[in-house]
Amino acid sequence: MELLDAFLPYLLPIFYAVAMVSVFMGLCSYSVLAERKVCSWIQGRVGPNRTRLPLLGHIPILGNLLTGLGIFQPAADGLKFLFKEEIVPGHVNKFYYMLAPVLALAPALTTMVVLPFGRYVDADGITQPLVLANVDLGMLIILGISSLGVYGIVLAGWASNSKYPFLGGIRASAQMISYELAMGLALLPVFMWAATPGSDYGMSLFGAVQSQQTLWLFIWQPLSALIFLVALFAETNRLPFDMAESETDLVGGFHTEYGCFKFGLFFVAEYAHVIMGSALFVLLFLGGWNFLPGLADPWGESLIGSLLSIAWFTTKVFSMIFFFIWMRWTLPRFRYDQVMSLGWKILLPLAVGNLVFNTIIIVLYDTFTR
Amino acid sequence: MTDTLFYVFAAITLISALLMVVSPNAVNGAICMIICFVTTAALFVLLEAYFLAVIQVLVYAGAVMVLFLFIIMLLDVNKDTSDLLKDKMTLGASITGFTLLVILTFSVFAGGQHLPETPLLPVMENPTGEGAGIPFTTSAKSFGYSLFTKYMLPFQVTGFLLLAAMIGVIVVSKKHSENS
Repeated sequence: MELLDAFLPYLLPIFYAVAMVSVFMGLCSYSVLAERKVCSWIQGRVGPNRTRLPLLGHIPILGNLLTGLGIFQPAADGLKFLFKEEIVPGHVNKFYYMLAPVLALAPALTTMVVLPFGRYVDADGITQPLVLANVDLGMLIILGISSLGVYGIVLAGWASNSKYPFLGGIRASAQMISYELAMGLALLPVFMWAATPGSDYGMSLFGAVQSQQTLWLFIWQPLSALIFLVALFAETNRLPFDMAESETDLVGGFHTEYGCFKFGLFFVAEYAHVIMGSALFVLLFLGGWNFLPGLADPWGESLIGSLLSIAWFTTKVFSMIFFFIWMRWTLPRFRYDQVMSLGWKILLPLAVGNLVFNTIIIVLYDTFTR
Repeated sequence: MTDTLFYVFAAITLISALLMVVSPNAVNGAICMIICFVTTAALFVLLEAYFLAVIQVLVYAGAVMVLFLFIIMLLDVNKDTSDLLKDKMTLGASITGFTLLVILTFSVFAGGQHLPETPLLPVMENPTGEGAGIPFTTSAKSFGYSLFTKYMLPFQVTGFLLLAAMIGVIVVSKKHSENS
């Protein structure tokens, strides 16, 4: 028992982290299913509706319903990726070829350490975030770690040692650099407004959520929200900007030479980035777990209240994931030069202008209200 | 715990730095450099300089190294450069580096058989202006406050240097239109 007490401070964080990764990976596999279903509905098809698990799928009515919704499909997909023959082409650089999928997934999973997903009220009556590590640099950590994610794609393109993946990798790195700037600059006004004089939040996401109790930032910082959203699509390599894959001109882009589980890792990484991006947008601009603009927190201080805040947050995140998927099947892909000129010639000047404008407003506000 | 982590990260930093220098393949070198940057950030975390650690990852490992990789891959540096010049450069650089190492080691251990134990400098308080001053802590806010009060001049000078470098790059990379 004493041994348990001694190790509990080390074991609990590990337990929490494993729980969060499990939930997150579950979400990833089901957003793949959501993508396939939404895509087929948009295109007037049915989508995956035949995979049936032996026992669960044969419950009279429920079984048919679940099968029709394709609930068992992710399990089948995952098993297929696992049991296919691992083919490594002969012309690749083996070490980096193997390393790249891992490097693509690991940053996406690391960033969730600082992602708050709900709130609770502690014994002293102070509202605290539900988060693995409550640090005051949350946003910077997410930006920093996710900027490492591009190495997975670049290395995959390079290690594959063939033309199309190489072009995909190069495009990915150029695009990532271009849009990271606009993204960071669009975020600055948010934190300048959120960190009012006297608050201790700094760059933490919890502070950003707490500052949106009366009015969501999406409403009074629409330009920041728009720039951030566009940059988010570019950083997650989603369709209007999926230059790295671009199957019409690059076959499969950076993962052309990949198969079975290594391809699966890239696939999961993309959805992990989508979920992280959605969660980030909800936290920064859509009020996090605050109920509605003007009605922040009607849930009370009990455990039920915390659970409701988590549920409301996840609902918002799912809507954002749906928005991501909806965009993918609605908009055509940009040409590569259009992506670059949009990033450098439109988004970046807009973001700089937005920052300067907000700085002036804040200075005026501080001068006249004091 | 902290000591063990320090030795682990310090070892990784040194080994990856060494590998970066000796590796003949440019991409291997770049990857080793990234590892070196990330583990340096880990060392900053152990020093409780969290802001510095995050900036280290964001700026060096994230942005600068992507540019490096980009250039390495586009230019394919392994195949060009005449070997003679490269050998001379390597020889010169090695001699300079080892001389520096010898001088540093000698000056550290000169006069005694052990590392000198310099007393820790007292942490200067942040100035307190009209608004209440923020005491020196590890938080990002305190970092920013120091940067914009006590270290205002160095901060401005650094910004000016970066601006000069940026303008220099634009001037160098701009193609002259020969229409005269």
